[in-house]
Amino acid sequence: MSASNEADPLYLDANATEPLRPAARAALIGALDILGNPASIHAEGRTARRGLESARTIIAARFGARPQDVVFCSGATEANAMAIHAFGATRPIVIGATEHDAVRAAAPAAAIMPVDAAGLADLAWLEAELTARPGALVCVMAANNETGVLSPIAPIAALCAAHGALLHVDAVQAAGRISIDYLALGATSVAISAHKLGGPKGVGALILAPGVAAGLPALIAGGGQEKGRRGGTPALPAIAGFAAAITAADPAEGPRQTRLRDAIEAGAREYGAIVIGAGAPRLPNTTCLALPGLTAETQVIALDLERISVSAGSACSSGKVARSHVLTAMGLHDLAGCAIRVSLPWNAPEDAPARFLAAYRRLAARALRKRGGFSNSPEAYIPSLV
Amino acid sequence: MRIVVAMSGGVDSSVVAGLMHAAGHEVIGVTLQLYDHGAAAGRKGACCAGQDIHDARNVADRLGIAHYVIDAEAAFRKAVIADFTESYATGKTPVPCVRCNQHLKFGDLLGLARDLGAEALATGHYVRREQGRDGAELHRAADAARDQSWFLFATTRDQLEFARFPLGTMPDKVEVRAHAASMGLQVADKPDSQDICFVPSGSYADIVTKLRPDAGLPGDIVDQDGTVLGSHQGIARYTVGQGKRLGAASGRVVTEIDAGRRRLVVGPRGTGSRQVRLAEPNWLIEPPGTPFRATVKLRARETPQDAEIDAATGIVTLDTAALAAPGQACVIYDGTRVLGGGFIV
Repeated sequence: MSASNEADPLYLDANATEPLRPAARAALIGALDILGNPASIHAEGRTARRGLESARTIIAARFGARPQDVVFCSGATEANAMAIHAFGATRPIVIGATEHDAVRAAAPAAAIMPVDAAGLADLAWLEAELTARPGALVCVMAANNETGVLSPIAPIAALCAAHGALLHVDAVQAAGRISIDYLALGATSVAISAHKLGGPKGVGALILAPGVAAGLPALIAGGGQEKGRRGGTPALPAIAGFAAAITAADPAEGPRQTRLRDAIEAGAREYGAIVIGAGAPRLPNTTCLALPGLTAETQVIALDLERISVSAGSACSSGKVARSHVLTAMGLHDLAGCAIRVSLPWNAPEDAPARFLAAYRRLAARALRKRGGFSNSPEAYIPSLV
Repeated sequence: MRIVVAMSGGVDSSVVAGLMHAAGHEVIGVTLQLYDHGAAAGRKGACCAGQDIHDARNVADRLGIAHYVIDAEAAFRKAVIADFTESYATGKTPVPCVRCNQHLKFGDLLGLARDLGAEALATGHYVRREQGRDGAELHRAADAARDQSWFLFATTRDQLEFARFPLGTMPDKVEVRAHAASMGLQVADKPDSQDICFVPSGSYADIVTKLRPDAGLPGDIVDQDGTVLGSHQGIARYTVGQGKRLGAASGRVVTEIDAGRRRLVVGPRGTGSRQVRLAEPNWLIEPPGTPFRATVKLRARETPQDAEIDAATGIVTLDTAALAAPGQACVIYDGTRVLGGGFIV
């Protein structure tokens, strides 16, 4: 990837949505001309069904699943809701404290598994909870959308297995970026979304362990599509783009992203930033930078005015930035209001760190003036981290 | 220049954004989300943003300017709603718009504008800012019917230097709406906002008593000698000078609200005092060292009255006795110019 043109916008919000990969774009456009409905019995229908099943096979293979265990739906919000609806109806539910709203809203009465200051799950708490309430459904994200912190899925899966609990993994941010075979670790279901790995928006999938698909109650019954597990005509062009994106998404992109990400972090630290979750294993593309003295909103707006796109917290439909429940759950109350997320897309230019840091330096100077001198040692703000 | 426009989603601030954009400025529209509209309207699960925020966004899109929504709920709760309920519960009659202008619009938002490297903050207030010899001056709007200078008395001189009020010279609202229509803004025919923005149902006393139940407890209505004339249904429903809702004591007016004893003191109409004491004074001039003559307004909508003001003591002596309601503003004018003001003690 070469250097970018200074005048071009610099998009560093991949965790909100990744740029469409060229292969996904080509597959999507190609599939727009497939006339038939995959449910139809005629030749056009068969052609459409072939495209649908080919995409299903590709996606299944990538996640170590059988094709018949991949259920297409509108995206990860639906995939998460489908899993919680199917497996959580009669079980106690446990969710991580830093889960996405898609999970939080689908399981409003769930017990909340706490995390430490680095964002890592409290496994002792989980063991006690699963002992007290056997047969639960545990929902954990593979990678956090705001910090990139990776959950310890293997030990969580082992605890679930030991206590007869089911495990649902929200792999939205991890899919395509790191290679972990969640089903092999013991997960019952995995939610993924196309547009977070360079595919089109509006399609996702719930991937199931062998044997659990039978009798899966549908959230939307409709015409019985997806073997009765999700009604509605499948969005074939988007699904074709989804499969192409998954094929193109290469975790080997990771080291390059890590190098760019580390350059951003090293520079930002010099300007007084605190890297949140730095003590935990993380996604290669994500960094969460707190800059005490300047609100997250101000930072995002100021960077946007320089045509650099980052985000903070989770934006609601009004565009208002809500205080991050993720950072609050990590005990970083004072930093929660002044942290931004920088997430490198698959096609981030080589000069992304230099361009970002030039703008960030001006922000940092303003923050410094506002708080009248600064300490760039994390312990000045978060004693629990050291 | 780079200029931040406070956009509420109403026609006034939309026109301001359009005028600044047409004048060639780099306009950044900012909407403060002050409270949860879904909760305020009593609709559970409704979006926290009301229609106004969407209107502001649409206007910004139409103009092709940047627009951001800032979560100011916590600041609004603290600086405006808490002050509002506390004032009523202690027998005062607050002016939430003054607090909002003071702390949110010309406090936090102005600070954001500075942080974003803007050179000015423009709002849709109907006041004029004139460049005087000693800096910016605040004047009444050209449209006397819409003048909002009374609500802006607490703006500091520093804030005023940074502020712009493009609607202050508009002859009337018809012209403002005509501007909106000519710019193709959907809000051109939007009705004016009414009353207190965070009380959409119109019953401010419900909000007060929800947070301060004691302000909704019944108590006695007494005359100046302490003779009980009747009872009331909570001091939150009364203001000094009020003649309504007095039941058996009707025909008189409230002269004092004794929050400690939950009592309303009433007197004959025409009761009043010449002396008004000011708290939290704000001066837009160098406060004169000796008492001076000027006009004052004790309510948002009243004709200015003559008075002598002593800046050193914060005491205003009216030429004609009046019933000044504690918590309201007493704003001091020299002709059209706002000299300063304070909250009535």
